[in-house]
Amino acid sequence: MRKEDLETVIGLEVHVELATKSKIFCSCSTEFGAPPNTHVCPICLGLPGVLPVLNKKALEYAVRAALALNCEIAPFSKFDRKNYFYPDLPKAYQISQYDQPLAYGGYVDIEVNGEKRRIRIKRVHLEEDAGKLLHAGDDIAGAATSLVDFNRSGVPLIEIVSEPDIRSPEEARLYLMKLKTILEYLGVSDCKMEEGSLRCDANLSVRPRGAKELGTKTEIKNMNSFRAVFKGLEYEERRQKEALAAGEEIVQETRHWDENRSVTVSMRGKEEAHDYRYFPDPDLVPLIIDRAWVEEIRRSLPELPDARRERFQREYGLPAYDAEVLTASRTLADFYDECVRLFPDPKAVSNFVMSEVLRLLNAEGKDIVDTPLTPQHLAKLLGLVKEGTISGKIAKDVFEEVFKTGRDPAEIVKERGLVQISDEGELARIVDEVLAANPAVVADYRGGKEKAFTFLVGQVMKATRGKANPALVNKLLKEKLS
Amino acid sequence: MEIYDLTAHELSRLLKAREISAAELTEAVLERVDEVEPAVRAYVTVTREEALAAARRVDEARARGEDLGPLAGIPMAVKDNMCTRTVRTTCSSRILENFIPPYDATVVERLAAAGTVMIGKTNLDEFAMGSSTENSAFFTTRNPWDLERVPGGSSGGSAAAVAAGEAVFSLGSDTGGSIRQPASLCSVVGLKPTYGRVSRFGLVAFASSLDQIGPLTKDVTDCALVMNVISGWDKMDSTSAPVEVPDFTQFLGREVRGLKIGLPREFFAEGIDREVKEIILTAVRVLEGLGAVVEETSLPHSDYSLPVYYILAPAEASSNLARFDGVRYGLRVDAPDLISMYGQTRSRGFGAEVRRRIIIGTYALSSGYYDAYYKKAQQVRTLIKQDFDRAFEKYDVLITPTSPTPAFKIGEKADNPIQMYLSDICTIPVNLAGIPGLSIPCGFTAEGLPVGMQLLGKPFAEGTLLQVAYAYEQSTDHHKKRPPLAGAAGGERHA
Repeated sequence: MRKEDLETVIGLEVHVELATKSKIFCSCSTEFGAPPNTHVCPICLGLPGVLPVLNKKALEYAVRAALALNCEIAPFSKFDRKNYFYPDLPKAYQISQYDQPLAYGGYVDIEVNGEKRRIRIKRVHLEEDAGKLLHAGDDIAGAATSLVDFNRSGVPLIEIVSEPDIRSPEEARLYLMKLKTILEYLGVSDCKMEEGSLRCDANLSVRPRGAKELGTKTEIKNMNSFRAVFKGLEYEERRQKEALAAGEEIVQETRHWDENRSVTVSMRGKEEAHDYRYFPDPDLVPLIIDRAWVEEIRRSLPELPDARRERFQREYGLPAYDAEVLTASRTLADFYDECVRLFPDPKAVSNFVMSEVLRLLNAEGKDIVDTPLTPQHLAKLLGLVKEGTISGKIAKDVFEEVFKTGRDPAEIVKERGLVQISDEGELARIVDEVLAANPAVVADYRGGKEKAFTFLVGQVMKATRGKANPALVNKLLKEKLS
Repeated sequence: MEIYDLTAHELSRLLKAREISAAELTEAVLERVDEVEPAVRAYVTVTREEALAAARRVDEARARGEDLGPLAGIPMAVKDNMCTRTVRTTCSSRILENFIPPYDATVVERLAAAGTVMIGKTNLDEFAMGSSTENSAFFTTRNPWDLERVPGGSSGGSAAAVAAGEAVFSLGSDTGGSIRQPASLCSVVGLKPTYGRVSRFGLVAFASSLDQIGPLTKDVTDCALVMNVISGWDKMDSTSAPVEVPDFTQFLGREVRGLKIGLPREFFAEGIDREVKEIILTAVRVLEGLGAVVEETSLPHSDYSLPVYYILAPAEASSNLARFDGVRYGLRVDAPDLISMYGQTRSRGFGAEVRRRIIIGTYALSSGYYDAYYKKAQQVRTLIKQDFDRAFEKYDVLITPTSPTPAFKIGEKADNPIQMYLSDICTIPVNLAGIPGLSIPCGFTAEGLPVGMQLLGKPFAEGTLLQVAYAYEQSTDHHKKRPPLAGAAGGERHA
């Protein structure tokens, strides 16, 4: 079998921490980064005799997420115990949902090379997170000591399981990005892979193009960033295709993505797979979900990324690319909407946001809401450009300061004397001085060197410290040189 | 009669009239503990200082004129599988021998708020698995009526303490008969409430869908008084029922004329001791004499109760007891690696019966066996419950023996788990159905061993059980007899 004739099949299992204030079965805080074992109580420590009580907010967030992913909410579901021993799991079982999940049958649409692809979602269920182990050594086997932090124990999670509809590592990355965007829009999770609030395991197999049956799959774990998901799957796809091309068989197993070596390595085989001995948790009553409540949640869903992107194109006349970029995060899209409301020139706003705003946000790795910049600032700044008070170039300088300090753009312009020189008499005088000081360049221009003109514009700008009205400078130079 | 022989409601009158102080009463009970404990061995831990301090607080409150409930100042005992803040909670297991919980069980909190005085924590079969206290990792409690015999179990310490006057009342837990069977064997009143009636928060779980906390008392009135305190919905327990709690004492004294009583024939068949059967039928005739209508009936799926129970209870236990892994609290046996640490800690920390049930339960839940065992058992459990539903369409109360035999000798069944499991043949179906069951003393065998009668009711109909039990108790004097322990005034009365 040639590698070119093989098709990749991927399914993702995504765990997302819900951004509730308290844990799923007790009232401890879910705050990230607190000193170890400070957000714990007898319940999330699994002390003898304690019982879980479901946090209604966690259920609500899970229902919100499931609805936004186009799932059906099961009228009846239940919690089950997933039994296994590990030091970060205080009860030695995880409360999860096994055969009757909260929601099922949804989908997410992604765009691949300009073409829409629908990735079906098999199920969404609710469960609790485990604690975190810190090893004095490489892993639990090699460590002299291991420490456990139970702050994370009992943080609510949803697990989103896709159907095996993903056909490439790039599609997997796009699907994951889309999930993240949707969940952020909903406000149910902060989806930070680096903090572990979004985690992803993958099942990958390959098969002859056009085949109906799935090939033997491997499960890949420990891909802790979007990049790692892409690289890990790319590696595994290549490994499996090469193996099959060489006539080898794929072994069903769990593989670990080794970030440093950029390879996946075998963790455990099928025979060593855990028997989790799932059974219904007798400490919790079944979840019987009120239809009216679900509809109430459905009505409260915000405008989701796809709808918003379409509206940006329709209402603001933006190109697809701009609309995509501007709706990639809810906060940025909110910012844009508000700017356009205050300064109704969608294209001008879009140009500025896509270039200047995003450049600084990316440089500082910040979200728009974490900066002092407001839509009012940007609208005012663009207003100053429009009315000719400052040039577009000066606006960029002023913007940098507004972005850093949150000061009023008009004040900055005034204080730094940045008002554009549009006085024709004054500019004509400066143009004359520049021409007089650069006779050789003038001669070059007249001799046909177009570039000389740009140099002369630059000299005028330099003399006015950038404040000269560029259109006027052009006009005056052309007149005087002709 | 000695002070320690009195009931809570009798003592409550004396305390209110200031004929005795709570401190004096507590001292008297602690003296009784000193006197008979070497023979009975009901307690794992006696909390002498804490008890005296609590008693003094009640006396001070009374001196300030505070309005105190009927149980204020009453010395009581708690089975050592309910968490008590600052007092070790062992479950009579090596694995929790030195475990001190940082919180109180809801029932302990409620009893403390009612002003009761905890004397100590009582012995049990390890993790409540057993019918004799012989499975305690520490020692076997003895039956105050015959020190050669078991007190029953698993709440054997709680039953023996009340019978011996070492506590005025106690709390037990009942998963398959663990309150009622020892109550029967020790001649005290024991009630397993409806599942969900009493909060399980803080009860170290054995089988979560079956466990229920209840009182062991010297008479029916005391049972009603304790139920008034411990019953009711608890936000910490999702399985506790949001059902209104009546004043249970209002059922006492209501007549039983016209009440319909069913005798399920499966509970009077083979395996029930002839003498026990005769004593129960005599007791039933007393109720008949009071105007109750008695008929024979049937619970056809009863035969399956024991096998169903010995799949479901161990399955839940195998998961509930997995947290005792040596990582965070309790016993840890150091070993070179994690897996051996788990293995050695749990092998050394758990006794043989607990290990047996963990293995059975793990097996029953294993992939490939789940449908044949756990799932099938759940289905049969539903059939058993439906038997009771049908019976209660016709009858107000069902009556059976509590235990098929009176107290057996220590060691008699220790090596035969099946024989031991059969001790709970009459009580197990009740837990599977989730209904309330009460055991009331109803006589003695020729050898002088107590026999208990089990009354069963509809869900949340504990009031009806108390009504019938009280009517019976007022017509008889079994509840006034005290065991013949050294130095005990009650001994002469019985002889």
